[in-house]
Amino acid sequence: MNIEIFQITLLSLQISALATGLSLIIGLPFGTLLALGKFPGRSFLLSIVNTGMGLPPVVVGLFVAMMLWRSGPLGDLRLIYTPTAIIIAQVVISFPVVTGLTAAALQALDPRLILQLYGLGASRIQMIWMLWLEARLPLLAALMAGFGSVISEVGASMMVGGNIRYQTRVLTTAIVLETSKGDFDKAIGLAVLLLVITFLINWALTWIQQRGVRK
Amino acid sequence: MTPLVQIQDLLVKRGDHPALQLEHLAIQNGEVLAVVGPNGAGKSTLLLTLARLLKPERGEIQFNSTQASAESDTVYRRRIALVMQDPLLFDTTVFENVASGLKFRGIHKDEIRSKVPLWLERLGVGHLAKRRANQLSGGEAQRVSLARALILEPQLLLLDEPFSALDPPTRSRLLDDLGLLLKETSTTTVFVTHDLPEAAQLAARIAVIIGNRLRQVSSPNEVFNSPADEDVSRFVNHKHQNNQKSMDHPTS
Repeated sequence: MNIEIFQITLLSLQISALATGLSLIIGLPFGTLLALGKFPGRSFLLSIVNTGMGLPPVVVGLFVAMMLWRSGPLGDLRLIYTPTAIIIAQVVISFPVVTGLTAAALQALDPRLILQLYGLGASRIQMIWMLWLEARLPLLAALMAGFGSVISEVGASMMVGGNIRYQTRVLTTAIVLETSKGDFDKAIGLAVLLLVITFLINWALTWIQQRGVRK
Repeated sequence: MTPLVQIQDLLVKRGDHPALQLEHLAIQNGEVLAVVGPNGAGKSTLLLTLARLLKPERGEIQFNSTQASAESDTVYRRRIALVMQDPLLFDTTVFENVASGLKFRGIHKDEIRSKVPLWLERLGVGHLAKRRANQLSGGEAQRVSLARALILEPQLLLLDEPFSALDPPTRSRLLDDLGLLLKETSTTTVFVTHDLPEAAQLAARIAVIIGNRLRQVSSPNEVFNSPADEDVSRFVNHKHQNNQKSMDHPTS
């Protein structure tokens, strides 16, 4: 059992870390574009993203399940009930969170900072890099929120992962299963484990974040 | 001698409104040109256009006799440096702030390490190198901001009311120091201010912009004694009276 718990925990971490990482890779540039770009439909896109920040995981699960279902449009990829399917669903959940918070973080900066950076000879990429550095505290908060939204969700993981033992069972789906069996001891153990892990990761990220705060 | 910058037939709009119309302006190599005028007259527009942060609707800016628009924005901007009203320092150390422009230009670490302390020293803030920018006073921060620009040894230095947020004693000390530095380095400078004595102290020539148009470019004396038109005269006299008043009731 201990080995199984270890395996479940590791899988949970791998899936959520990968999903958060992918969300960051997509969400950071996209959020930056939404914050700094000037194009028609920008504020409409931003409101879609902001709505996406509160997307119920079960709705995402339903949508991704329909896509990946054997008879669905992406059924040939045979991804339903695999860890990859969970990652896809979790990216859909956390990507708007990272994007929306990135846009908000950058829009909170002094707009004259961009002029100042250009006025010192920064290229566009250097300018954006400096803005990310300036907004590093809220950007790390965006990362934490993104991770928090996926490590704790159960609906989508259950629907597209199937909670298959040794394959797609993660901490949250295991807790649901043990609770439904009435095995509260095991469920509580897993719940505590989930909380401790979430805490440790946020602690580490907060430590990184707060190093940059003025002393 | 050909001027460093020549502006011909310039029209800059902000929104739908013309923010600046200017038939001709030449900035000579090594000179300090002050740009004065009431708020909203178009002074900052001129500066931002010179920094290529605003695109003119019409007209040409020649830099070193070459058409500025032929170059990319970044290549053009790496010959200038901009200091704004607020220091707008980055949330890092003073050293890193002053190093930033050199880093953008890909200057080698060793050169940065030797240059930064030198320029901090020149601006009288050498002892602050390791401080975080958000721990500085207003005067210190503006000195760091000036060091951050001057270290680039720009062909054209653009100053947008850099002293207006400072208290009078801090302001006059910084003005003295900057005047010396600019003379020493003979940096071509465009200095926007609404303070006429400040303009006269730093600059050999003053450009008066009123109502989005350039009205007069001449020596401070000429601007005071033979203003080009009624508006300039009113602006100069009004300012002059205010300054007299503040001299009668000195605050410091």
